[in-house]
Amino acid sequence: MTSLTAPGPGRTAPAVAVRPARRRLPVGRVLGWGLAVAVPVAFLAVFFAWPVVVMVGKGFVTDGRLDLSGFADVFSRPRTWRIVGQTLGQATAATVLSVALGVPGAYTLYRRRFRGRAAVRALVTVPFVLPTVVVGVAFRSLLVDGGPLGFLHLDGTFAAILAALVFFNYAVVVRAVGGLWERLDPRATQAARGLGASPWRAFRTVELPALAPAIWSAASLVFLFCATAFGTVLILGGTRFGTIETEIWIQTTQFLDLRAAAVLSVVQLVVVVGVLTIAGRARARRERALSLAATGTAVRPLTLRRRPADDGHPLALAAAGVTAVVLLAIAVPLVNLVVRSLRVDGGWGLDHYRALGAPAPGVPVSVWQAAATSVETAVDATVIALVVGGLVALVVSRRPRRRAARRAVAGFDALFMLPLGVSAVTVGFGFLVTMDRPLGLAVDLRTSPLLVPIAQAVVAVPLVVRTVLPVLRAIDPRLREAAGTLGAAPGRVLRTLDVPLAARSVGLAIGFAFAASLGEFGATSFLARPDRPTLPVMVFRLIGRPGPDNYGMALAASVVLAALTAAIVALAERLRAGQVGGDW
Amino acid sequence: MTIRKPLAVAAALAAAASLSACSVLGANADDKASPSASGTPGGTVTLVTHDSFALSKGVLEDFTKQTGVTVKVVQPGDAGVLTNQLVLTKDAPIGDLAYGIDNTYATRGLDAGVFQPYTSTAAAASDAAKHQVDDSHRLTAIDLGDVCINVDHQWFAKHQLAEPATLDDLTKPEYKNLLVVPGAATSSPGLAFLLATIGAYGEDGWQAYWKKLVANGTKVDAGWSDAWSTDFSGGGGDGPRPIVLSYASSPPDTLPKGGGDARVGALLDTCFRQVEYAGVLTGAKNPLGAQKLLDFLLSDEVQADIPGQMYMYPVSTHVTLPAEWVRWAPLAGKPFDVPADEITAKRSEWLSQYSEIVG
Repeated sequence: MTSLTAPGPGRTAPAVAVRPARRRLPVGRVLGWGLAVAVPVAFLAVFFAWPVVVMVGKGFVTDGRLDLSGFADVFSRPRTWRIVGQTLGQATAATVLSVALGVPGAYTLYRRRFRGRAAVRALVTVPFVLPTVVVGVAFRSLLVDGGPLGFLHLDGTFAAILAALVFFNYAVVVRAVGGLWERLDPRATQAARGLGASPWRAFRTVELPALAPAIWSAASLVFLFCATAFGTVLILGGTRFGTIETEIWIQTTQFLDLRAAAVLSVVQLVVVVGVLTIAGRARARRERALSLAATGTAVRPLTLRRRPADDGHPLALAAAGVTAVVLLAIAVPLVNLVVRSLRVDGGWGLDHYRALGAPAPGVPVSVWQAAATSVETAVDATVIALVVGGLVALVVSRRPRRRAARRAVAGFDALFMLPLGVSAVTVGFGFLVTMDRPLGLAVDLRTSPLLVPIAQAVVAVPLVVRTVLPVLRAIDPRLREAAGTLGAAPGRVLRTLDVPLAARSVGLAIGFAFAASLGEFGATSFLARPDRPTLPVMVFRLIGRPGPDNYGMALAASVVLAALTAAIVALAERLRAGQVGGDW
Repeated sequence: MTIRKPLAVAAALAAAASLSACSVLGANADDKASPSASGTPGGTVTLVTHDSFALSKGVLEDFTKQTGVTVKVVQPGDAGVLTNQLVLTKDAPIGDLAYGIDNTYATRGLDAGVFQPYTSTAAAASDAAKHQVDDSHRLTAIDLGDVCINVDHQWFAKHQLAEPATLDDLTKPEYKNLLVVPGAATSSPGLAFLLATIGAYGEDGWQAYWKKLVANGTKVDAGWSDAWSTDFSGGGGDGPRPIVLSYASSPPDTLPKGGGDARVGALLDTCFRQVEYAGVLTGAKNPLGAQKLLDFLLSDEVQADIPGQMYMYPVSTHVTLPAEWVRWAPLAGKPFDVPADEITAKRSEWLSQYSEIVG
């Protein structure tokens, strides 16, 4: 099938003729890959594409006729252009900052070993799941005039939004880059050093290019998160710093101007696809087989004193310094949150925590029950995301020889990133208008508890793909070929080569998917049933009710959510570490 | 390159699988548990409401005892989200009865044909009729409240400054940088306040007033909770600003635990009246159940429960209000008013003008 096509120009994949003759593909293999493509596509089509298309379609169809006048109308408003500019500006600035700070963090937290590292890794993940209302409180109560950091006069500024976006997304870069870095074989760098390169030069010319795919991966994730940030932007900056996302939210939930919302959704899609294309190109150019090592060999202890054997000490120290500052900056709002949750009637106490056991005012369940619901939902969402995301990663990790096939694979990859770049409002409302009879089945999924983990999984899939894929792609194709030459059937190659290697990043992916699901609020809030609220929904309800006790309880519940996340992320990492037999 | 036996991964996956099995089971059990009531003679009625809906424990169970009908509650978001979702799902409604649409959104729902007529015969029906939107009997008033400017008495006493009393006062230099309000495009009390100013200064005069407010350092937050808990000095978050937009019913929440006066008071000459309605949805699967539930919302049991749970006034004039409400949370005598159909017609225009002014 592919054997006659010449390899594309510039590809490193060797046109080796040593493969065992494959004149026709075995039925089983075709079926296997067919399924690996069909299952995720079906999932995405039903639970993402269909709702979004129907919802956007509603804005373009009036009285049964296609009406595209919305474009001219929306684009003639100066506000639209301002908003598009602000979206790009905010997301770009936050992405650059997150990467600049996250790469040293990835080095320190994944390439170096020190006491309490697991706790620190868990800590940086906490912001990722905090409900935006809570981050709003944590940040704004610090920055507000008269607050502990009021003298900075940052309240309601662009800088405050930027800080919050980096606060949210730092973990994305650290985890995505760190996951690859800790397995990068250090011998290449050592060789470069041996040949006389300075540590900085060795890093720049050997390690950085090797990490580039993971960095681009992380950057595109962060960009999508920032471009669709909604609560953070509104709470910290108000409508002044409105983005495409906040505008879609306002047009859909407040004005019911579906035409404007649809146009903006299309604009959002164009922006997202553009960014994904650029990032995908940049990534693909740098992607190549890497020599991976077990984490034990690549990770060295972190010391402040210089040791003779410790190469590139000043660089490591600088990275550790940057990381320490960032950690402090992350800790301050979190500590502020804990402190505020302990305030009781002008004094201090654990009253708000004790109140978590009883049914909360306005909600029929206690915060602990909501926490249980959150975990249950997140487990379901994570399993779905792992299966779907694992399949996607496996398919995308292939490098077919034919150009068209390669394009198809790249498109397939980008397709599954889209859910991160499309408004949760559009998806949430889309569910409502399509899931009353999904696929013609007589089950109303809209109010079913099943839809919540599915909605969360849609968002978690790209995270799984982005975590597992760099590792899969880094597997030298010659390894597979060698295995094939030695007589291993393709299924066996997968089983003994791809799966075990990918599995090393599964712990990371589980933690990531779990965190994303625990913290998901946008789509969940439209779908969650009040008798089974998740923790973020609970926090939102509590904070919306007057009275200092409700406020205190909301903060205490947020602290519980943070602690829960940290614990689960640490646990997921432990699973992985146990397998590698490294540092535990 | 080493490839180790993926023991722990297998263990991890097994653990995840078993956990998920556990949760999937849990979900199933729950699924069976909630609609299990469909076995009861009256079936299930689904109430679609905003996210502030709450009743004391046992109240909805009493309804089931009285009628045999079980209530399932769906809360998609605030009043705006609620209304828009009802409009969008008109052909396949997500429930039977809607509750919580207020007078700022009522005509949007009515115009879209979301509700069907029903004339309640409950005890408080005559009281409810005083607040009706139109005479089509599709929406029935359940409760009401006033959105008003609140002031922190303690702050003003400490700073020996006279408290403001009217909307005009808020633009005076002595109150510069003291007011915080939730945004009108992002929160329903914020919209109510914008309507109060439109009611007060007229369709052509409110813009000038808002320009003065902004020039006087008014802070516009995204939502009520940001304004009340973070920026306001009397809401428990110790913020810097002593004047906030909230409700006439907010002061009782600031009563000290040991007794004494409420820390916060509402300015009753700055209010906009919100009325919340319930209506049977067009295409409801259980319209009879919906009617029974609507009657129940007007019963003394629910009406008396509303102040404590939802911070609104019942429409019923013969249930007893909580003592601290009588003392600390009176309704405005003459709230500002803008007709419901005018709100629906001009909302977008007003909000875009407002957004330009506020920035």
